[in-house]
Amino acid sequence: MAAAQPAAAPAAGPAEPSHGLRILLIWLPLALAADLVIWFVWGPHLPPGDMSNTAANQQFDIKVLSVMAAPVMLAVLIFAGYAMVTWRTRDGDEEDGPPIEGNARVQVSWIVVTTVIVLSLFVFGFAELVTSNGAGAGAGPAPIWKPGGRPLVVQVIAQQWLFTYRYPQYGGFETTDLVLPVGQSVQFNVTSLDVIHSFWAYQLGVKADANPQVNNVAYTTAEHTGEVTVRCSELCGLWHGAMFDYGRVVSVAAFQSWARATETRVAKITRTLPAYALVYYPNEIKGLNKFYYEAGLPGAGGGFYGNQYYPNEP
Amino acid sequence: MSVLARAVTLAVAFLAVVGLAVFVVVHILLAEPPTVDFTAGHAAGQPVSMTIMADPVNDVSDHPDWVSYFVRSPQSGQWVHSTIWQLPAHTRINVTAYQFDTCDPLRNQFNGRVSGTVGNVMSVSGEAAGVNGKGISVVNSDTTCGVAHTFSVPELGINVPLAGETYTGKNECTQGPCAISTAHTTTTFSFITPGPGQYRWQCFIPCGLASVDGNGHAMSTIGFMTGYLDVVS
Repeated sequence: MAAAQPAAAPAAGPAEPSHGLRILLIWLPLALAADLVIWFVWGPHLPPGDMSNTAANQQFDIKVLSVMAAPVMLAVLIFAGYAMVTWRTRDGDEEDGPPIEGNARVQVSWIVVTTVIVLSLFVFGFAELVTSNGAGAGAGPAPIWKPGGRPLVVQVIAQQWLFTYRYPQYGGFETTDLVLPVGQSVQFNVTSLDVIHSFWAYQLGVKADANPQVNNVAYTTAEHTGEVTVRCSELCGLWHGAMFDYGRVVSVAAFQSWARATETRVAKITRTLPAYALVYYPNEIKGLNKFYYEAGLPGAGGGFYGNQYYPNEP
Repeated sequence: MSVLARAVTLAVAFLAVVGLAVFVVVHILLAEPPTVDFTAGHAAGQPVSMTIMADPVNDVSDHPDWVSYFVRSPQSGQWVHSTIWQLPAHTRINVTAYQFDTCDPLRNQFNGRVSGTVGNVMSVSGEAAGVNGKGISVVNSDTTCGVAHTFSVPELGINVPLAGETYTGKNECTQGPCAISTAHTTTTFSFITPGPGQYRWQCFIPCGLASVDGNGHAMSTIGFMTGYLDVVS
């Protein structure tokens, strides 16, 4: 019986290069360069700017997210590009590719890295909400985090299709002008008189839903003077697109001068306004005179055409 | 079914859908009332007189029970059912507004102020208003029958609350455009047009009959209680 011949050893080919190392060496400088560009060049111009503490926080958050996302995106793109170049099908190569098997080291690394990123972003996001007292978003009628001191209260009243603003610390006057002092904490009390709107003061990084019969509180502190664009960001009817105005952040002295002058100038209309309240019920006006009661009118629009036509709730 | 029949069926169905889409876009989405031109023959520096009316009814549309504005054409003198008015820039516009509707409280009493007009006042005459031509800067619609509709151009800061006509059941307007002989109030005011542009205007009384909170229907349809000023150089 002939002895069994050992199987011929496969022909030794050229040593397989370390693809991981190659990809790392391509990725590392590109990721570093991208992060530096994002942080120092692009970052200062990212929306919504740094006019207020909330806006600056949002810009910082976007920078952090971008700096974390760019290396991940580059890793995916570089790997895809490298794979297409290195492992492409060459002329005459009709062999099947090697069977794909699990790679515990790669899988564990992927899970660990992504878990660390997500959990760290969770902690980061939570801290960002706390440090800027809600990050400029509407925090509902009873915010958990409030700034210290005594903020300037500005009530934002949305209505189809206009924003008006009341200043309860200055006699409760109402105006279409949004004027704020620089360097002073501001508390926006946002509500609506009819349908759902949203108060979006872009440069301040403030965005709060304006819902009827709800007081939605948002905080900010303007850190620079300038113009603020205010828009409604909730589709609210025919003239939603035209529901915008421009506010101003001015010096404290200029604000106080404006507030006192406006309080005096509009005193006559202020006397006709309902007492300052966190929410209003325009369909249930208590001060209506005898004429309206005799005509069966409970308030603005409400019931005017009969309840069958007029639901009180939007 | 033959290939030819299938192709014809497909083509017909395709054309029907396209035709329907074109009809909806042209006749519904893009439909607008005519533009009433106050610039033709206007001499620079001269004021423009504009006469408008706010009616409780109209007999010129598919919605006769909707309140509506009308404007008097400067060319024909006829009332036109339109809320798109072309005005010359940087010009004083003297407005006479006839108001035939009954009063209603404002949703926001803040809109009871007169603003953006020359002197930030208006004048109201007519028995119902009871103020007979005096300059008025504020109207409290909760305590007087002072407001039926408003003429407001938010972008220009213009707000004029038009006095309500106290309902007596006598000589009421029942057909729009209303006859001047029927019960009404007359409000006059002036404003200065800005530079060229389109500026929307609207009523701030929630007078949209049978719509949610009164802000739909006539309030949300150009040609009734809202429109725009087409200011040209």
